[in-house]
Amino acid sequence: MQMTDYKPKIVAFCCNWCSYAGADLAGNNRLSYPAEVKIIRVPCSCRVNPTFILRAFQRGADGVIICGCHPGDCHYTSGNYFARRRMALLFSMLDYLGIERERTRVEWVSAAEGAKFAATMNDFVSTVAALGENRRLEDLRCKK
Amino acid sequence: MQKITEDLARRRAAELMRAGEISCLLGWKKGEFDYDVEPTVFYTPEEVERELVCNVFSAANLSKYLISLTRKAEGRVGILLKPCDSFSFNQLLTEHRFDRERVYALGLPCEGTVDTFLLKERVGEGIYSIKIKDGALEVETLSGEVKEIPLSEVYAERCLVCKSRRPVAYDEMLGEVTPDADEDRFAQVEKLESMTAEERYAFWQGELSRCIRCNACRNVCPACSCERCVFDNPTSGVETKAPSEDSFEEKMFHIIRAFHVAGRCTDCGECSRVCPERIPLHLLNRKFIKDINSFYGDYTAGAEVGSRAPLVSYTKDDPEPGQGGQK
Repeated sequence: MQMTDYKPKIVAFCCNWCSYAGADLAGNNRLSYPAEVKIIRVPCSCRVNPTFILRAFQRGADGVIICGCHPGDCHYTSGNYFARRRMALLFSMLDYLGIERERTRVEWVSAAEGAKFAATMNDFVSTVAALGENRRLEDLRCKK
Repeated sequence: MQKITEDLARRRAAELMRAGEISCLLGWKKGEFDYDVEPTVFYTPEEVERELVCNVFSAANLSKYLISLTRKAEGRVGILLKPCDSFSFNQLLTEHRFDRERVYALGLPCEGTVDTFLLKERVGEGIYSIKIKDGALEVETLSGEVKEIPLSEVYAERCLVCKSRRPVAYDEMLGEVTPDADEDRFAQVEKLESMTAEERYAFWQGELSRCIRCNACRNVCPACSCERCVFDNPTSGVETKAPSEDSFEEKMFHIIRAFHVAGRCTDCGECSRVCPERIPLHLLNRKFIKDINSFYGDYTAGAEVGSRAPLVSYTKDDPEPGQGGQK
């Protein structure tokens, strides 16, 4: 595999109220972040079911990132606190099963942090690109 | 010791039934062989006196059956609870799965149960009959040979590292509470954690790829008591049959299964006991328990009725994901 041709597939779950607006701001400000990042808008970071993450990996994603409002700033008061607990346990479990921890990440990005959004995505994509293709979680049937 | 408990349980349960205190009793009876003691419901005191079995083979956790039985039976339901089952009992009460008033719980002392896979391996040939003596099993094999096997060699792993032998729920206790096991139940999890990612991946790949998706782990689990399960949904995308070798399905299934009971699992170890492929499934659940304890403070599901499970609560300064409990 030639690294130069390799472009990782990244799925980003962004909460409607903060991070999705943050991504919008990054666009408005002409800040560039890799086109490999596919954003899925969710009502709240708490909406992200662990199955979504596993499913994304199964269908060929190389990395999954969840972005939500900063703790304390959730539009629904406490959604991101619950998401934080769930993801902490899920990531630890994936690590326990021998799946690279760098492929999953949670980042808190507010609507005003367009620059942080772009920087986070650039950093995450390069981290995942360095790891290479996700082979441990993929389902080969989905690659046909 | 075992014999005394069994006699006591038979006598007391039959007494309660004759007095009309309970209409039926959830207990165990002998299956086809001496070692496959199975859960059953007794409706008459004569059945109880004749067939009830309480010994090292009475391994099944009976608490889950209360959900359906309390709906179906009239009057109060009697149940025999080993200490570990009493945690599941409390957890189900916390989740309002049955009415406490409808249940009369008889607490049993427990010194551990036998891992029948291990016993069969140890005996090495067909087992004809088993006599339980003090600290040992006298096994008569199909060839007529009699082997004496010390109980300490065939106790189930879950019993050797048992979290507590003090029952947390009962209406009356049959016999004396036995002393706790002193081994660390997280030792195996720690051993896995100390391996490299490749080794861990290889370990779990080897274990989980044996899964035949029989769903026994889900069906037996007292925490998995949803009436409609996500895995029964034909559009959930999770296959209902055994997956092909290269697929991710079995990992997906087991991660989700363990995640659904995270914070509610009482570590009774039933999932591993019933697994026909002997996959150490409890190690997934125990990892969640260990993480919850280290991230959010010690929590034992079912230790008390009404406690708030860690995944339905939060504090403002919880550790961030991916930092191994660092805040």
